Amino acid sequence: MGADHGHALHYHGHSVIHRLPAHLKIVSALAFVLLVVATPREATWPYAVHLAALLLAIRAARVPAAYLMKRLVVEVPFVVFAALLPFVATGPRTNLLGVSVSQPGLVAAWALLAKGTLGVLTALLLAATTEPRDLLAGLTRLRLPGQLVEIMGFMVRYVEVVAGELRRMSIARTSRGFDARSPRHWPVLARSLGTLFVRSYERGERVHLAMLSRGYAGSLPALDVVAVRRTEVMAAAALPAVAAIAALWGVVGR
Amino acid sequence: MTTPVLDVRGLTFAYPDGTRALTGVDLHVHRGERVALLGPNGAGKTTLVLHLNGILGGDAGSGVGSVEVSGMPVRQDTLPEIRRRVGIVFQDPDDQLFMPTVRDDVAFGPANLGLRGADLETRVGEALAVVGMTAYADRPPHHLSFGQRRRVAVATVLAMRPEILVLDEPSSNLDPASRRELAEIVLGLDVTVLMVTHDLPYALQLCERSVILSEGRIVADAPTREVLGDAALMGAHRLELPFGFDPAATR
Repeated sequence: MGADHGHALHYHGHSVIHRLPAHLKIVSALAFVLLVVATPREATWPYAVHLAALLLAIRAARVPAAYLMKRLVVEVPFVVFAALLPFVATGPRTNLLGVSVSQPGLVAAWALLAKGTLGVLTALLLAATTEPRDLLAGLTRLRLPGQLVEIMGFMVRYVEVVAGELRRMSIARTSRGFDARSPRHWPVLARSLGTLFVRSYERGERVHLAMLSRGYAGSLPALDVVAVRRTEVMAAAALPAVAAIAALWGVVGR
Repeated sequence: MTTPVLDVRGLTFAYPDGTRALTGVDLHVHRGERVALLGPNGAGKTTLVLHLNGILGGDAGSGVGSVEVSGMPVRQDTLPEIRRRVGIVFQDPDDQLFMPTVRDDVAFGPANLGLRGADLETRVGEALAVVGMTAYADRPPHHLSFGQRRRVAVATVLAMRPEILVLDEPSSNLDPASRRELAEIVLGLDVTVLMVTHDLPYALQLCERSVILSEGRIVADAPTREVLGDAALMGAHRLELPFGFDPAATR
């Protein structure tokens, strides 16, 4: 569990970035990632600018680097794929440290690695500085359809309840001598998942009953109104603005 | 007598598959009373509770009889007000608490009643203070202990200022200390209570009157001590006192 307050990905703090309204942060992060992806992959220096801008933002958020590095592990499958690309890709070969590798593969690997890492870091920073509740409120303010936001909210709320149920079922299976190593046991696992689905479905019905009992009439009440200051908009725009310049540089400088 | 807070008359209900759940149930609860609803599993207790705020029955049900709350009949057009008047605390707090924070969850009911801003905050603050959970307002419900979640569930309903609080198995899965704390909270409330329970000592501690529902019928309605002391009645309806518990020995 991460900070006491919210979610495993949330890093409790009171920095400028933590205090920015959530919807501005969401737009800012999305714009930044889109600009990173739009930067031509042959460019090198624009990526350094992207990274520097992001590092400054992380610095301003006072989220420890070690905290983010640990969570960057989710990127590992992509890193492995990127590392394979130069060896499996076709096209003209080139020499890298005495090994013959594919030139386009090398460029593709670099682009995948650079864009992927920047994207994951941005998402981690957003998650670390915004409570799940505020993220949902932010998405509502961005006019995402209410039903979608409610579904996400229920997911955040119940993922641990369902995971706990799955864990208890697994312990109960193991306690009766079950060991899921051979494919012969897959049907048992499939049935467990089926049971979990039915239980979750029934829980959904009970939650709905409890909501009706408290006067639910089809939509969740919007609970907070946020006044946005111009300085906050400018602070949120800073990151994508730098990225836009870097991306432009990458396009023109080609 | 004054209008009862809860007035159930001749309530009969069968589920769509034909299972008969309630047969001619009559139940009157007056202001300020605390009544325990006892009965074996499958007696129809939950079915009865779901009639009290119109989740079952009303216009849509396949039953006869009527439910009135402080003189207001449970009908499709009265449902919003009925659901304010009847506050049901369900057995599993995970079913009841679904918002991202405790504060939002307690605000859910009153916000559905149209409250906003300072009024809403006052309601939430009051309800959380009553159950002693003010310090946890900004926590997500899933990070609380089970006992704390049950108390928050009570607060979510109190925030609607109900006329009758319906508790479904309030002491289930609680450790003895949480069980006692919840009892103290309930005893401190100035509200009519209907408590569904298998926990007979809890019924004796909290409710002066008990009603036994068995196979869809009310078979006893008397002071709790009398009901628990009637061995023949208890035995006939699969009710048993815990080992070593003697209702006559308490106070």
